Amino acid sequence: MSTVRDDQSIWEGLSKKGVSRRDFMKFCSTMAATLALPSSFVPRIAEALEKKQKPYAVWLEFQDCAGDTESILRATKPTIAQIVLDVISLEYHETIMAGAGKAAEKARDDVVKNQKGKYIAIVEGAIPTKDGGIYCTIAGRTALDIAKEVCGNAAFTINVGSCSCWGGVPSANPNPTGAVGTGEAVSGITYVNIPGCAHNVENATATIVHYLTFGSLPPVDSHHRPLFGYGKRIHDNCERRAHFDAGQFVRKWGDEGHRRGWCLYEMGCKGPEAYYNCPTVKYNSGTCWPVQAGHPCMACAADHNWDAFGPIYKRLENVPGAGYQTSADKIGLGVAAVAAAGVAAHAIARAVKGKPKDEEDK
Amino acid sequence: MIKRIYVWEFPVRLTHWLNVLSILALAVTGIYIGAPYLFAVNENQFIMAKMRYVHFISSYVFTVSFLVRIYWMFAGNKFSRWRQFVPISKERLETLYGATAYYCFLREKCPRVIGHTALAGVTYLLLFILFLIEILTGFALYSQSHIGAFWTLMGGWLFAVMGEGTVRLVHHMITWLIAVFVIVHIYIAWLNDLSERNGLMSSIFSGYKSVEE
Repeated sequence: MSTVRDDQSIWEGLSKKGVSRRDFMKFCSTMAATLALPSSFVPRIAEALEKKQKPYAVWLEFQDCAGDTESILRATKPTIAQIVLDVISLEYHETIMAGAGKAAEKARDDVVKNQKGKYIAIVEGAIPTKDGGIYCTIAGRTALDIAKEVCGNAAFTINVGSCSCWGGVPSANPNPTGAVGTGEAVSGITYVNIPGCAHNVENATATIVHYLTFGSLPPVDSHHRPLFGYGKRIHDNCERRAHFDAGQFVRKWGDEGHRRGWCLYEMGCKGPEAYYNCPTVKYNSGTCWPVQAGHPCMACAADHNWDAFGPIYKRLENVPGAGYQTSADKIGLGVAAVAAAGVAAHAIARAVKGKPKDEEDK
Repeated sequence: MIKRIYVWEFPVRLTHWLNVLSILALAVTGIYIGAPYLFAVNENQFIMAKMRYVHFISSYVFTVSFLVRIYWMFAGNKFSRWRQFVPISKERLETLYGATAYYCFLREKCPRVIGHTALAGVTYLLLFILFLIEILTGFALYSQSHIGAFWTLMGGWLFAVMGEGTVRLVHHMITWLIAVFVIVHIYIAWLNDLSERNGLMSSIFSGYKSVEE
């Protein structure tokens, strides 16, 4: 992979590669829509991409499944994939770069040294912190060490996928490697979280486009997630919401309701407590998302969804200490029944024992 | 000589019955919301939407009733004051033991008090704590669909302390603890009315108890 960057603008680079003006404007419109901006901002985005040069970017991959890389590469429309990869000058990406060994490491070191404070660090995967971070090492260096250097010297960091945002799957209980997100592992950095499992590439790209157009990162919530992508509840934009309000629920996999596309709430859907633009932006180039495919939402973009949101296929957490199949309602009903039985026993015992003497006198 | 004493003032009775009605509505709709037990025959019934609507309206009634009753703990007569619920005096501690012993068949008679026995007072204190947790977790869950500082203040802040699933579980389990309370509460009220012949059951309607002089 070349470390020499051409001085042409993003649009010039794209047009040389055969991206038509029409496709370019379509991309700008998509970005404006994703950022929840009115169409009047499309020319402004186009202008920015016409003038600005590609920012340098380093893609780090730690404890992960490469799903977020797949998310970028699996874009079905070739021009969109081209544009996404061409908005930034990706100097280092372990999975897709041609270079290997020392040459690859040098490409990364060059960016960190020469573009200090100007490049974008993109992190995929959690960072293990236990036992000195030895559970993830690349070229003999720990993930923690690499992240500290690369993210610490970047203009800002974009965490793509839930693993780099808060630890994701590797950090799920019992979290044997002490996995955490980049924001927690490297203190003092500026970062944006683009969670999701995998992340939606349109949100990551929109964040970069926002930076290129306005010179700043988009506004974020308390979990560092951009409001444009994570400000709305899945439940409120769900295509099956009408069935929820109507009281039509899937009760079993493949039952009548499931075949008719009813609400997946009873199957453990976490849509009512998950915030993500998944139902509107969708995956696979906007063709589908889990609920559309008949699977409940598992709040993949929410902090610690594995531990904090209960079982995937149940609405309610298991009662601590009780068996896995014992629901809170069964236990509650049992406790109420015991109380009723106790009351009845007390009444009988009192009747058998008889009234106190002075009461009989009255 | 039997004397009629005005024990339960109007706000006490009003909040009691508002609690009864709202808790009943909240439990019926809440259990449906937690695990929809009704099957919709057609899509025009909007069962879940109606259940949630009733649940939310009732929750506001319940919350206001709760707050009025808390206020009355500091403004009402001695039978409704906070001291009835916190057994700190020696006398109250004695009736706490006396009442407990009576219900365990260790004593023939229940301590004669005009207001609550100390045992009842402590039970209501625990109940009010359950109410408070129920209100906080309820508004926390409500804040998921109603984003704003008010609802964050009313309970949304809980998500910073515990997981979403835990908040939901606690909200659910307390419903059942309240159901247990209701069963025991009605039985004991009936038992007391019967053994003391003080008109306890009617006192929550009229406010008057009959007390022997």
